[in-house]
Amino acid sequence: MPFSLSIAVVALPLLMFLVLGLLDDRLGRRAAGVLGTLSMLVVTVMAYGVSLTYFFGTGQGQIIDGVRQTVTVWNPVWLSFTDTLVVRMGVAIDPIAAMMLIVITTVSLMVHLYSLGYMSNHEGEPEKGYQRYYAFLGLFTFSMLGLVVATNLFQIFIFFEMVGVSSYLLIGFYYHLPAAVHASKKAFIVTRLADLFFLLGIMIMSFYTGTFDFDALVGTGGAAAHTALGTAHTALGTAHGATFMGLSVMGWALTFIFIGGAGKSAMYPLHIWLPDAMEGPTPVSALIHAATMVVAGVYLVAKLFPLYVIEQGAMDIIAVTGAFTAFYAAAVACVQSDIKRALAFSTISQIAFMMTSLAVSSASGELIEIHGDYGLGYMASMFHLFTHAMFKALLFLCAGAIIHAVGSNENSMMHGLHKHMPITSIAFLIGCLAIAGIPPFAGFWSKDEILVACYHKGLGWGLWMSMVAGLTAFYMFRTYLLIFFWSEHKQHGHHAPADAPWTMTLPLIILSCISIVAGFVPAHKLVTFDGEPLHTSLDWTVAGSSVAIALIGIGLAFKLYYKENDAPARMKAAATGLWTAAYKRFYMDELYQFITHKIIFQCVSKPIAWFDRKVIDGAMNLMGTVTQYCASAVRPLQAGKIQGYVMTYLIGALVLAVALIVCVLV
Amino acid sequence: MELTVLMYLLPALVMFGCGVYGFLTRKNMIAIMISLELMLNAVDINFVVFNRYLFPGQLEGMFFTLFAIAIAAAETALALAIIINVYRVARNVDIDDVSKLKF
Amino acid sequence: MMIFNNILIYFVIIPLLTLAGLAFCTNAGRGIRAIRAVAVTGATALVALAAYLVYVFLQTRAAGVADEMILRSDVMWYAPLNIKLALGVDGVSVVMIVLSAIIVFAGVFASWKMSPLPKQFFLWFFLLSTGVFGFFISIDLFTMFMFYEVALIPMYLLIGVWGSGNKNYSAMKLTLMLMGGSALLMLGIIGIYFHSAPEGSPLTMNILEIAHADAIPHEWQMYLFPLTFVGFGVLGAMFPFHTWSPDGHASAPTAVSMLHAGVLMKLGGYGCFRIAIFLMPFAANQLAWVFLTLTGISVVYGAFSACVQTDLKYINAYSSVSHCGMVLFAILMFNTTAMTGAVLQMLSHGLMTALFFALIGMIYGRTHTRDIQKMGGLMQIMPYLGVGYVIAGMASLGLPGLSGFVAEMTIFVGSFMHEDLFRRVLTIVGTSSIVITAVYILRVVGKLLFGPVIDEHHRSLTDATWEEKLSTGTLIVCVAAIGCFPNFFVNIISSSFEPVVQALMNN
Repeated sequence: MPFSLSIAVVALPLLMFLVLGLLDDRLGRRAAGVLGTLSMLVVTVMAYGVSLTYFFGTGQGQIIDGVRQTVTVWNPVWLSFTDTLVVRMGVAIDPIAAMMLIVITTVSLMVHLYSLGYMSNHEGEPEKGYQRYYAFLGLFTFSMLGLVVATNLFQIFIFFEMVGVSSYLLIGFYYHLPAAVHASKKAFIVTRLADLFFLLGIMIMSFYTGTFDFDALVGTGGAAAHTALGTAHTALGTAHGATFMGLSVMGWALTFIFIGGAGKSAMYPLHIWLPDAMEGPTPVSALIHAATMVVAGVYLVAKLFPLYVIEQGAMDIIAVTGAFTAFYAAAVACVQSDIKRALAFSTISQIAFMMTSLAVSSASGELIEIHGDYGLGYMASMFHLFTHAMFKALLFLCAGAIIHAVGSNENSMMHGLHKHMPITSIAFLIGCLAIAGIPPFAGFWSKDEILVACYHKGLGWGLWMSMVAGLTAFYMFRTYLLIFFWSEHKQHGHHAPADAPWTMTLPLIILSCISIVAGFVPAHKLVTFDGEPLHTSLDWTVAGSSVAIALIGIGLAFKLYYKENDAPARMKAAATGLWTAAYKRFYMDELYQFITHKIIFQCVSKPIAWFDRKVIDGAMNLMGTVTQYCASAVRPLQAGKIQGYVMTYLIGALVLAVALIVCVLV
Repeated sequence: MELTVLMYLLPALVMFGCGVYGFLTRKNMIAIMISLELMLNAVDINFVVFNRYLFPGQLEGMFFTLFAIAIAAAETALALAIIINVYRVARNVDIDDVSKLKF
Repeated sequence: MMIFNNILIYFVIIPLLTLAGLAFCTNAGRGIRAIRAVAVTGATALVALAAYLVYVFLQTRAAGVADEMILRSDVMWYAPLNIKLALGVDGVSVVMIVLSAIIVFAGVFASWKMSPLPKQFFLWFFLLSTGVFGFFISIDLFTMFMFYEVALIPMYLLIGVWGSGNKNYSAMKLTLMLMGGSALLMLGIIGIYFHSAPEGSPLTMNILEIAHADAIPHEWQMYLFPLTFVGFGVLGAMFPFHTWSPDGHASAPTAVSMLHAGVLMKLGGYGCFRIAIFLMPFAANQLAWVFLTLTGISVVYGAFSACVQTDLKYINAYSSVSHCGMVLFAILMFNTTAMTGAVLQMLSHGLMTALFFALIGMIYGRTHTRDIQKMGGLMQIMPYLGVGYVIAGMASLGLPGLSGFVAEMTIFVGSFMHEDLFRRVLTIVGTSSIVITAVYILRVVGKLLFGPVIDEHHRSLTDATWEEKLSTGTLIVCVAAIGCFPNFFVNIISSSFEPVVQALMNN
């Protein structure tokens, strides 16, 4: 299939957004959904065609001398800042872009299909704004596709904003609910703050390198592993030496760009918007806040990977942030009672895995060699991104089916659903096994590669991440067991929940199948940073130990949560403080609330507004008042008293006359 | 006793002084107008006197005086008309009451 | 006369003809239809002419004409002082003329149901337009100043008569502050005139001749530059001379707010660039830091102030302070990229603020309040206006695909091209405004449009009528056009800055 089709892949969702958005109510509800889903199907087919041709085909320049090349399909100038510094808006395919095309279109198609059932009714009534919903899904898909095929840093920034807005619109889809409005606002503003840093990073970088293009910044591969950093070295050029406050200028730029990515990818401490974003419809959470948009940050770092390798300082920041976030989010996920929140923290934790994996690929500005290969962490990260998207979308869609059936997000309202919803239960179990890293499910393969990369960076890194992996297995099975087992919920007798209609179940089944087999995709041959295949084989020491740890986590979860018992309550009582702190997400939201409301609003905005009203406006009014005062002081002189005028005139004349006489005489 | 110029000018001066005094102190507009007329006439006298004494063969001063008398008559008519209108509005002819016109 | 061969003069003649046409209309009975017909005809003719002007401009440039100004013509007006009616445009003025034409067009539809005294309203409205167009097409200091005044004075009556709220106070404050600015400006212009030519040559008011002669002594520039810059800066809402803007906008009727924020405030930025900086590059370089600081403050200050306002129009007025501050800020960066960004920002801010004020006027016309605490959930009731407001908000906070993003990015990237720390720090401070803008825009959108319906009486309100849709639709399309195809505009604008930047470099 010709690569030029990828332009249509990106453009068609935009067209759908415009058509559905402009027609709105003029198009029937059902028609809008079907139209959206069908067009997404076409997009998916084309995207698979393009990606598979890129990975397995030949003859369109995608492989030269055994090295995978970036294929630039289209790259017109969009905005020129100067003659040389121009923003292009293009479509380029490289290994990770091709992989992302598959991820995005697959999940998006599943979500489109699933939403046909999910959004058809809302608490018994037909959902309002069905057309709008599909229009926004189209907008999001367009933005995300535009992001991954970007040919330059600025294009990524543009689409970062676009996905941010799509996310804002979809989180706030139920715009009459204050919680949804609040959550969407929070998501937008937090990611905007991060984007501010991203922008600063771009500005610094473009100033020193004179370009936004990935071609010029990180090269198109085509060089052997050691020298693949060549382009990056050249691009950094003179700026490499310049320093500002101890860190090199490019280090600052890259750190800022990472902060931008961290905002989207919900790294600590910018993660706070993601749990709240669960206010949106569940399919949206599956698409945006689990599978695609939240990995944009990882994708961004991956795109600039060679630069980060050279600027080890920035890379260390990523590694530490990632490792900490992975643990923090896992710890919080262990005590959440809202199943979507639990999944959200699990997402944060898994994305942190990907970030860490990217960051442990290098030490002291050089890539770490593993059995003659370089950049294993990069490959592992991208592989995990792929598998995670599949099983996390599966988990969210399951959660959607459950919420749809039960009408609540709280696991206390669920319990014992296994009997009622067997298909959903099995699909959820597959998702949990995948995320816990049990072979042969998808998560095992990718997480194993990540752990291998971590152990090669250092024993401490490996042990830490293994521990988090164990924690992951524990909290996922806790969630699973509390939903489907524990005890029979009283209410289920009257109003028995059941498996969802086929439009919702079919995506679950498809995604379950993918989650089972996705691990066998030969990612190490396809998705590497320099385009050359890796030769890794499974490291059984790491694999064995990680499976053992995962099994311990699962066993513990079964011990505590399979049947109703008071052990969890006793544990909670024993460590109330810790439990509450974790449940309250270690008070990060309160801290933000304090900063925004108490400091920004009360201590900055209010005084400025006061200053403006009282001082600046007051100064103007003072000028007016003084003028009026002077006027009223001299006004009696012109009071219309004719006799007074004459008197003044007379005296004046006399004084003048006397003065004249005196002058003449003297 | 020979009539000197001073003897013509002195009454004119007295008349003018009376006019000024009346103009400044009276509150009644008619009285003010009369004072005004006094001042005008005093000036007229001066015109005639100086004409007679300084340029005996010429008549410009005389004519000027005649003009002034004619204009004074017209002006008096106008002023009286205004005063009557003021009276209709204010029911009196007190000068302090018409300062409303300043706005 | 030769001057009638120049299409530029018709930008003044058309509004004047419209005025003449309106003079024959009456307010009574069916007269309102005639008034609307005349106003729409005039506005449409202006838009068509503006489009034709762009075409002519592109043709001329494509033909390789590299003059600074094209479509030049001079008519002597008053020979003893060498005052001419000198016309000419470059890319910046062309863009400004297009902006003005669009906003006049949208403004006419936004004031479709204006009452009382629609005839008089449109008379003043078109007189104001005459001034605006005249200002942008002339390149003679005297005529520019004259048209500038023509544009300012009708403002007093438009706000004082057709305004709302505390309108007398606002109209008076606005007029007095702008007149104060004009006074400084006039001093500046007279000063420039007396140093406009080297010793022995005749004095001139023509901007190009003054710039080429470059005869203003440096010590005089140091006095004249602040006078002219502050004079125009008042109109550009530069801190601390912005305070007329919130009250003025809040009281002004819809179309006047649109025209004022959309076009009139741009006169300030345009004047700062065309007169202050272009004619006095030495002082501009010397004093840039003072005004950079002030405008930098404007940017952040306006944004923070907007965060706590509760009146829709006040929010927008402070937002305008912030955005117009950005214009002046970028102009003072003295490089082609930032200055191009400034013009894009003028264009973008003009359109989106006009859109904002139009929508606010329409919402106010229905709910009779502008207090965001008394409204909520309007999206459910008036979806068209709601969506329009969200689009305007998104343009304001810089969503790619709409105009604000392009303008702000060009400004930031251009500003960052300076190596000195002072400008860098200011740029970073300015950049942070994108977050604050997001805060206050989303706050308004959240309170006003989303959430539950607060006032049950609002449920019976209707959505936009056709003329309101036309008015806002035009603006939305323009905002999106700039956002999607920025390079078209950049190409028109950026070449105009070469001579200025060259002059600044030489000093």
